Parts: sequence; C-alpha cells; structure tokens
Amino acid sequence: MTESPAATVTNVLLCGIGGQGVLTAAELLAQAAVAAGHDAKKTEVAGMAQRGGVVTSHLRFGPRVLAPAIPDGEADLLLGFEAAEALRWIGQLRRTGKAVVNGLRVKPPVVHQGLFDYPEDPIGMIRAVGVEVRVVEAWDIADSLGNHRLMNTVMLGAVSDLLPLSADDLRERVVAVFRARKPALADLNARAFDAGRAAVTAAPEPVAAG
Amino acid sequence: MNALTDIAVGGRTLFSGNEAVARAVWESGAALATAYPGTPSTEILETLARYPDIRAQWSVNEKVALEVAIGASLAGARAFCAMKHVGLNVAADALMSQALAGCHGGLVIAVADDVGLSSSQNEQDSRHWGRFAHLPILEPAEAQDAHDQTLAAFELSEQVGCPVILRLTTRVCHVKTLVTVGERQAPPARGFIRDSRRWVMLPSNAKAMLPRQDERDATLTALSEDSELTTLLDGIDRSLGIVASGPAALSAREALPDTPVLKLGQTFPVPVERIRAFSRTVDALLVVEETEPLIEQELRAAGLSVHGKDVLPKHGELSVAVLRRAVAAWRGDADSVGAAPAPAGPDPSVFPRPPTMCAGCPHLSPFYCLSKLRRSTLIAGDIGCYTLGAGHPWQAMDTCTCMGASMTMAQGLAAARSGEDATKAVVSVIGDSTFLHMGMQGLLDLVYNRANVTVLILDNRTVAMTGGQEHPGTGFDIHGAEAPRVDFLALVKAMGVKPDRVHSVDPYKLPELFQLIRAETQVPEVSVIITDQPCVLTDRHQPRPALKVVEEDCTGCGGCINTGCPAIQVTRRETTTTKSGKTKELAFARIDSAFCTGCNACVETCAPNAIVPLDPSAHPRLERV
Repeated sequence: MTESPAATVTNVLLCGIGGQGVLTAAELLAQAAVAAGHDAKKTEVAGMAQRGGVVTSHLRFGPRVLAPAIPDGEADLLLGFEAAEALRWIGQLRRTGKAVVNGLRVKPPVVHQGLFDYPEDPIGMIRAVGVEVRVVEAWDIADSLGNHRLMNTVMLGAVSDLLPLSADDLRERVVAVFRARKPALADLNARAFDAGRAAVTAAPEPVAAG
Repeated sequence: MNALTDIAVGGRTLFSGNEAVARAVWESGAALATAYPGTPSTEILETLARYPDIRAQWSVNEKVALEVAIGASLAGARAFCAMKHVGLNVAADALMSQALAGCHGGLVIAVADDVGLSSSQNEQDSRHWGRFAHLPILEPAEAQDAHDQTLAAFELSEQVGCPVILRLTTRVCHVKTLVTVGERQAPPARGFIRDSRRWVMLPSNAKAMLPRQDERDATLTALSEDSELTTLLDGIDRSLGIVASGPAALSAREALPDTPVLKLGQTFPVPVERIRAFSRTVDALLVVEETEPLIEQELRAAGLSVHGKDVLPKHGELSVAVLRRAVAAWRGDADSVGAAPAPAGPDPSVFPRPPTMCAGCPHLSPFYCLSKLRRSTLIAGDIGCYTLGAGHPWQAMDTCTCMGASMTMAQGLAAARSGEDATKAVVSVIGDSTFLHMGMQGLLDLVYNRANVTVLILDNRTVAMTGGQEHPGTGFDIHGAEAPRVDFLALVKAMGVKPDRVHSVDPYKLPELFQLIRAETQVPEVSVIITDQPCVLTDRHQPRPALKVVEEDCTGCGGCINTGCPAIQVTRRETTTTKSGKTKELAFARIDSAFCTGCNACVETCAPNAIVPLDPSAHPRLERV
C-alpha cells in the first residue's frame, strides 16, 4: 500500500523579485514538465509580492506530486534571478542540490535608504556553504540582445541542461509561446535561450567546499 | 474560437485552483457569477469572464456580489460568487438571513482564506461562517478537487435548497496542477417561485423557517456521512490515523506516507460517525486542518479521543516540514526530529525586501507630503497598495483595519483625540476602488456628523493591489468594454462636502499637492482631495522620458530618496559636519533610467535642482532646464 512518490519528484525553486518574470519562467517549466508526461504542481505566493518584493515559485514534477510546496531543504535545483535572493533561499536546497544564479544585484529601497546592507558577495556566500553554483550574467546578456525583459528566457536557457527534461523541447516551448503571442520576439527569445545555455556551460567549475 | 472552451472534454490541462473553479462554474450551466477582487480569489472571476454563455461581473463589494447572486438563484438560475475571506465578513448580513430562507437555483459561494497571510490583514478561518449560518462547507485539496467539488456544490445546493460554501485556501487558489475537465451542462430552467412567505424575511415568515432549518441540518449531516467527496488514502502503519482537510491532507500524506489519511471533502457538517468508524482502525487520531481546531473540537464534543492543535501549530500553513517535525516531536522521536530537515526558511541574515510602491507610482507624492506633515497629523489609512505608505521611508500611516475604515476611524480619532494630539489634523487616505467598495458611507457619515477630517482619495483608476481590475470608477467592465463611470467630484459634492472643500489635483505636481494638503488640514471641516493619475502598471499610464541626476550638482541632501521611488538609488554615502557642529549623513543619488517613468515628482524635492531630463530635448514638461 505504501507509496513513496516524494523520492521520484524533482523540485525546482525559482526565486527573485516581483516584476522579473519569475512566475512566467515557472509556468513555462511546468508546461514543459507536463508535456514530458509528468504530474506537476506549481505554486507561488502572489499578491503583495508583485510590488518589488520577494517572489518564489515552487515547481514539483514526477509520477505523482502530493504537497504543493517544496518541503524545506528538498529543492533539487535553485534558479535565482537575483544574487541576494538566491542567498536568501539557499537553505531550501538539498545537500546535493545545484544553483543557477543570475549575477545581477538589485538593492531594494530599504538598502538605498540606509536601513540595511546589501551583502558584499552573495554568490561567494552561497559557495561558502558548499553549494554547487553556476553564475549567469542574465541582465547583461539580455541587455546585449537589446531588451532586458529577455532575462527570464536567458535564465531558462541557463538551467535547461540541468533538468531531467529535454532542453531542446523547453527551448521550442518558449519560442512557441512567443510565436503565438508576440511573433516579433520569437527569434530574439530563441537567441536569449541559447545565450543563457551557452553562458552557464562556459561558467567556471564551482569551487569545492572548503 | 475560445482557448478555454476548446479544451477537449476529458482532457487534462494545467489549471490553478481558481481556474478550475471557474471552469466548473461554467460547466455547471451557471447563468451568473459575481465577485469583488481579493487575493487569493481574484482570478476566479477574471477567468470566468473569458468563458461564453455566462454573465460574469465585478461588483462594488462582496455584500453586493452575494445579493446579486442570490437574486439570480431566486430567479431559478445557477449562480456563483467569489470573495476572499474578509469579503465574507462584508457579505455576512446577506449570508446569515438568506441561509435561513435558502435558495432556488444552485448557489455556490467560494471563499478563499489566506492561510499564512500572504496578502491580507488577518488569518480568519472562514469555516466558522458555515457553522454560524447552518450552511455546508466543501474543502478541496487541489485544483481537481476544486473543479469536482464546485460541480458537487451546485448539485448539493439544489438537492438541499441552501447556498453551499466552497472553502479555498491560498495553496489551492494559486497552485497549478493537472485537471480533467468536462462539458457545459444545459442550464436548468426553473423560473422564479412567487412565494412571499419564503422570500420575504418578515419575523413571522422567518420564525416558520427555523424548524425547517433544523430538518435541513439533519439532512446535511446524513449527506456528509455518505459523501463521495471524502476518501480514504490507506496506509500500513495503524499506530496513527489522520483526519485532514484542504491542501494539508496532501502534505500529511507526503509527510507520513505509511499513515492512513481520511481526506474529508465535505467538512461541515462533520461526518462524525464515519470518522468514529475510521478511529476504530487506528491506535490514535490526529486532525490536520487549517487553521482553527473546528473539526477537532466537534469530534471531541462527540466523545472521540483526538489530537490536533495540541500537536500542530495553531496558525499558518501545515506544510510537509511543519507536519514532520510536529509529529516527530509529539512522538518523542528524537532521531526522527533530528533526521527531518530543519525548517530552512529564508536566510535571516539577508536584508528584508518588502513590497514597494512602483517607480513613478502616483501614490509616492501624497505620502511624501504626508511624511513632511507627520508631526502635525494623525493619518487613518485603508486597504490597497497605498497601505505601503505605513512603511519606509514615509511612515505616514497610523491605522489600517479594513475596507473603508479610514474615514470612519478618522472620525472617531478626530472626535476623541486629546493631549498633544488635540491640535493635530486628522487625515484619511483611501483609494478609488476602496472608496466605492465601503468608503462612501464613511464619507457621508463624516459630513452628516460635521467632522473635521481631510480625506485623500487616491484615484489611480484601477484595483491596483490585486493586479489591475476594473470598477465603477474606471469606465470599463470586466471584459474591458466601456461602462458608465462614476464622477468622484460630483459624488462627494452630492454627499454634502462643500464645493470649496473639494479638489482634484495632479499628484505629479508635488508642490501644488503639498500646499493643498497643508491648507485643507487647517480648515476645520470635511475636505476631499482627489489625486488623479493612473496606476503605472496599467495601460492607461503614459510613461514620459526618463530623468537623471547631474552627478556634479548632487549635494547628497537625500531629498529625492525620501520620495520612496525605487528608481532612485544611492551611489555613495558621506558624513559631514555642519557649521553648527552637528554631523550630517549625506546620500548621493542616481536615477535608474530603466525604471524612471519621468513623472517629475522627485524634481521639486532636490535642493540643488540637480534632477534633469536624461535627454533634454525629449522632455518639454520640465521647464527648469
């Protein structure tokens, strides 16, 4: 009678800031997981988080997903859209988990107002706890392609080879969505996806935990 | 062609709980659906508006939404309304009395509780309303349940003749998962039954309904005992049995995969005998419910020995990690507690990133002005994006309780202030949609009782906090079609605010706004100042060319930082000593042109006039350059 589906479920935690396209990226990943024949659950806390606040989206897929949220410490993959946000949620990763993190640093108004400090080196702090982290400068890549809204597609490209899903299928799904809604942006998103994928492959091997 | 109705019947599609409820309402053949937007329920009506053959509309508040739905039910149609938990408090007057009279066409009320308070002022458990009103409650655990239970709710409503409450939580509303859909049923034609003894709630009529309500309670209990919506997820470890409702049932299953779980679908009336039979198959019984111990207390009253909130937290989400640790600690299983991953949560050493107002938000300058008048004012706030005015850097709000309370609480503050507050001006701050929802009566009461309050209506022409919905002040309906638009100036004058005390002002003209607020707070009667610029997240907003800070001219005064605009950033800090010997912190600023909307509100806050257009030729509005 006993079922233990949790062991076969892949947990992806996406995190960032309201307005960065975190939820759209999670939606595309969820659709790709379903298209690959998985059961899936995707959840986030919307509402006030839309206003420049902390945003997380949980995606779980496998033969059967029960609880909607990823249990603490069981994320297999963390996709961080901002460096300090990745640090904020790094404790949600398994010991064997991996992180793909945008090097972008966005200081919130409370930091500009002098109430709090932004960490000197959030990615270094993630490495210091022994997490395998790959950094992608998604903002710069999106900028070089002419539109910083491409950042979430760059991030999807960056994570595409680390998922138990076909990277090419995910790419096709992203491009298809834009082809349907904004055809002018389809090719640009394809380039953004490829650039993200290439950037993370080229990233230096993570420093071993000390 | 409609992407929603084109989904193959029996096909599986990725739906949120809200989308699944909407689909099922459409499938039920319902003729009408109403709501006022409220997280986490908003998307139900937004989705329903995209289906054909059903009248979906925003109501001005939840009481209105429910009453319109009741009317449609009495006319014989299936009807639906949705609201967030606190919305049902607003609708409670209609709920309590119509519950006694019952309904005709199936009537389903979806109420979404914000377990964990992601975007709400309280964490109330709306299942109390079902008990209070003698109405059945269904509780889905995920989107497929939400779909199936919505259809079952319409059936139950017509079978028993009363409204049915579909109790959702954030982790149902905002979780997407695969849902198998069905086809739309032919709307049943019942017609209105002219029967004043049934629909006119005179004391004599209502009194006659009480015994019938008792009979209905008994019927509902019998139906709940046999409900197919309740299922057993069996397990081999009989040392414990779990009785659970909502998404916590799935978390319990994942946390304790060998433990049998009786997953309740209809949770009120509680199927006590079915649970008693289940309890005989296990050594101990644990009730897992969010958030209050309602089922637990009723089982205990029925003589069952159960655990619940003695083991589990009394508030917040009962997630897998929470359940694992609580049960391990309860069992005294130190190894198990140690083996369970510690609740990781966010890294507490990372700075907080609270929600902020947007760059160019038309609410920035009103709160900047209020922050400058802070010592001489008491400020009663209301529910909306502008509640963020309580936070940094403005800290310009003293109270916020519920929809519309800014004006009424301001009146009480003005009437009873004493001591050093006696000379302070009382200001209330409310948004356009909140004003129409429950604020109008408060303003009428201010005028009628000759109060001395300055009212700021921040009209950004949308329900901004829930994602930009239409309302009677926007001129558009839920489908985006043109609709009659209320004239706020005429409305407040019609309520009796003196015409000289009513002002409309462009909030981007900060000096003008500041002078107006300061002047009106010194007039001892009701004043209304309406700020009129659209929300920057809507299509109505027209961004202007970006501004920049001339680096060599910036003196580090920090004036622009105090607007709270997130496009303004500090590049460096310095400490200096003034002539009088005081140390002063300087903050030198830049404007991020990627976010700046060119609203100009910060220009006048800059002491050395260092804020100029990024491209001077593209910015004719700025005369200073």
